[in-house]
Amino acid sequence: MSVEGLLRLGDNTLVLGQRLSAWCGHAPALEEDIALANIALDLIGQTQLWLGLAAAREGQGRDADTLAFHRDAWDFRNLLLVEQPNRDFGVTMMRQFLFDTWHLAALTALTEHADADISAIAQKAVKEVTYHRERSTDTVIALGDGTEESHNRMQSALDRLWPYVGEMFASDDADLTNMAALRAPFDTHVTATLAEATLVRPDSDFAHMGGKTGVRHSEHLGHMLATMQVLPRSYPDAKW
Amino acid sequence: MVTTRASLDDVWGWLSEVPDPENPVISVVALGIIRDVAWQGDTLQVTVTPTYSGCPATAVINMEIEAALRARGIEHIALKRQIAPPWTTDWLSNAGRAKLEAYDIAPPRAAGGPARCPHCKADTVERISQFGSTPCKAQWRCTTCLEPFDYFKCI
Repeated sequence: MSVEGLLRLGDNTLVLGQRLSAWCGHAPALEEDIALANIALDLIGQTQLWLGLAAAREGQGRDADTLAFHRDAWDFRNLLLVEQPNRDFGVTMMRQFLFDTWHLAALTALTEHADADISAIAQKAVKEVTYHRERSTDTVIALGDGTEESHNRMQSALDRLWPYVGEMFASDDADLTNMAALRAPFDTHVTATLAEATLVRPDSDFAHMGGKTGVRHSEHLGHMLATMQVLPRSYPDAKW
Repeated sequence: MVTTRASLDDVWGWLSEVPDPENPVISVVALGIIRDVAWQGDTLQVTVTPTYSGCPATAVINMEIEAALRARGIEHIALKRQIAPPWTTDWLSNAGRAKLEAYDIAPPRAAGGPARCPHCKADTVERISQFGSTPCKAQWRCTTCLEPFDYFKCI
């Protein structure tokens, strides 16, 4: 079932890449705008690798573009976290920090995968994501330990997104590595960062589920896909 | 037209004249993204590795490689993408690093930041942003001459 596991990785990077792209031209400062667009670009590039491999393994004549643009919400296997709306810059950066911290741990494990193609993509992506995590960590600290306004927004972002953390570590046979084993390194980095950011980890570890299995996506995914897919679906022969 | 197979040394030489579209002072060879060149029958196979997985210059680079080789009379060209081992700035040649600095882009360093300002050469530099105008660069500033500059990220 490596196809399902590959879709999970590729759909995460696709959905988050699309979400971040929406900041292009809207971020609070030019540098932030450029950074978010660059991170989106890395994630879309990784999507091409993961979904390209998924399509090849599936062997049904589809390619990365078919998978990205011609599947409906219930076929997507991304985490609920990445489909959550951008809202304000604080929510976007907190979502990025939580995802980057999981993503780096997952990719690091996948660099050792027995399948050479999977390991190769992970080795490529882990370099980019190391950089992503460094930046989102710095930003969470700067804004958390910033002004009263930025602190409150980051705490509220953390409270809002925390129920989507648990799904990242819910492991099953379709996963390409044991996700549950990534919880400890995730907690270590998050705890240290939140302490420095003067933010408080929510008490409840209640977790929404259903994104990576495709059983129950949030309503937000369909709206996002409608925007992302409208052009290739309306004009199937469109070329850049 | 060339009917015999060109020597691989010649091919490497021709590729050394193909500029990186985003940093045109250095060639695709100096950038370290050409991993191999080999004849397979009458087809020349060029193995290229991307710098960043989403780098939009990759498609342009492939077109330029192909155009440069066709201009030398090579008819059958196969470009092979190879992602492992992943590209690292360690593969950037020393000549390439010097050219980058002369072009006002601070070359990558293992220390994670530029050694000095490419404009005035002062070592008083600070980071503006971890990302820059292309995936391979970050934005820094010199606190002596006050000029901002690009730093070629070390990965």
